[in-house]
Amino acid sequence: MTTEEIELSNVNVPVVPESEKVQYVNELTTLNLGPTHPATHGIFQNILQMDGEIIVSGEQTIGYIHRAFEKIAERRPFYQITTLTDRMNYCSSPINNIGWHITVEKLLGVTVPKRAQYIRVIMMELARISDHLICNGILGVDTGAFTGFLYLFEQREAIYEIYEEVCGARLTTNMGRIGGMERDLSPTAIRKIRKFLKEFPPVMKEFEALFNRNRIFMDRIVDVGSITAERALSYGFTGPNLRAAGVDYDVRVMNPYSSYEDFEFDIPVGENGDTYDRFMVRNEEIWQSLRIIQQAMDKLPDGPYYADAPEYYLPPKQEVYKNMEALIYHFKIVMGEIDAPAGEIYQAVEGGNGELGFYLISDGGRAPYRLHFRRPCFIYYQAFPEMSKGTTISDAIVIMSSLNVIAGELDA
Amino acid sequence: MLTNQEVAQDLIRQFGSAVSEFDDPFDLLTLTTTREQILPVLRYLRDHATYRISFLTDITGVHFPDELGREFCVVYHVHSLTQNFRIRLKVFLSADDLHVPSAFPLYASANWMERETYDFFGILFDGHPDLRRILNMDEMDYFPMRKQYALEDDTRKDKIDELFGR
Repeated sequence: MTTEEIELSNVNVPVVPESEKVQYVNELTTLNLGPTHPATHGIFQNILQMDGEIIVSGEQTIGYIHRAFEKIAERRPFYQITTLTDRMNYCSSPINNIGWHITVEKLLGVTVPKRAQYIRVIMMELARISDHLICNGILGVDTGAFTGFLYLFEQREAIYEIYEEVCGARLTTNMGRIGGMERDLSPTAIRKIRKFLKEFPPVMKEFEALFNRNRIFMDRIVDVGSITAERALSYGFTGPNLRAAGVDYDVRVMNPYSSYEDFEFDIPVGENGDTYDRFMVRNEEIWQSLRIIQQAMDKLPDGPYYADAPEYYLPPKQEVYKNMEALIYHFKIVMGEIDAPAGEIYQAVEGGNGELGFYLISDGGRAPYRLHFRRPCFIYYQAFPEMSKGTTISDAIVIMSSLNVIAGELDA
Repeated sequence: MLTNQEVAQDLIRQFGSAVSEFDDPFDLLTLTTTREQILPVLRYLRDHATYRISFLTDITGVHFPDELGREFCVVYHVHSLTQNFRIRLKVFLSADDLHVPSAFPLYASANWMERETYDFFGILFDGHPDLRRILNMDEMDYFPMRKQYALEDDTRKDKIDELFGR
């Protein structure tokens, strides 16, 4: 014992009369969650007012990775905008790319052959699987279970290898072209898709066995972040988050695009709209996506993989060397010299997180007059303060994780 | 199944001259209304017993600098999930009076959509609970999606359109 400590221990604590005691008032703490917090999976900030560990209110700051895509798009020819779209929801870029192509094709009046539509469906459903795998895997990590995430990432890698085989890129895919796909499914790609269809279900079953009825996991997420169907609709929820609240709205069924009407699949819905329902809905959607891919692979029609739209679809390279028209079209397309017809169009596709909409106004020029992206994340993320109110900080992390907020899509 | 014709006629019956410029590009009923009538129209569509056009898909803005007196347009996309019917409503505003009532009392999701529209076009939504910039920084003193702000630096010589025959 040092002399100081001995002296302290000898001090008699004076007895304070009750009337002179310090009154402790209930003081709120301000907690900055983000902008660069590992548990927010992206750069956005939540300024939370905390009463002890309970969240009283929250204020969101977003826009940290805003890249002005809508402004950039006003200067670019249509095919160059594809590269902007895959930087929005980078967990499922093919859906963004193909959604944009479908929008432009509708404006141009181009009909895409069945084979290209089926290939698109396969790629979009693979993208949906990889999107949901990340969301559910990360939800496991946020509740303290790393194993499931690790197993699922191996399968996501298999999906990325398929992307690589189809378009040459993994994350920012730039997949497809206006009028079809840039190349046919190669034998390797078909082999890899078939391999994935065979090897993925056992892993997914294992993942579900590990999580779905796991006591610890359920204690963490059941009845956490519930939202009623009415509130979810008012907040503009779409996709799995809306379906978890019990509304069976799916763009693939309601406004089929790219031949989705040819396939048989179910729309899973939840009951309570809580984190557990969102988790389960995503799991079930993975199974339904597998069903769609299986059907598309079995029924994959023969025929061309691109439309006869020479003004928009690049001619084969050997033609460019030999054929004058092909050379002209090649030059005009690459330089962005092709004028699109004037028109106003809204086209929605079912993205990984919900209704991904493209509102396009063309004034007859080479670039859009105005292009607006309806980004599902941006619209439903505003419900987060309401959903996290009265919960603890650890629950808020889980709620945010299950909403699957992708910063790229949030900020565009 | 609702048809564009049916809804358009009903809206004309209800709102008379306040709804105009009916069109259906790519089968999506499009109409223009005034800023006084936009909330009544939205509310009528939402609370109608059979239409139930009660899902706000999107709010955004468009700038038409050449159309004098109606330079700015606020575009609403609403959707009926029961009837699978979409409708697009437009309100044109003059550049010197950019006020339009906020749809926040009808739809909670309008909050950020309107903040985004304000952020990029400077359209003022009256009655909005918290009309601040959302994606851009607060210090910004202009509205970047307006057409007078060119995307690229005008002084660049290598990007002049005439050189490329445009």
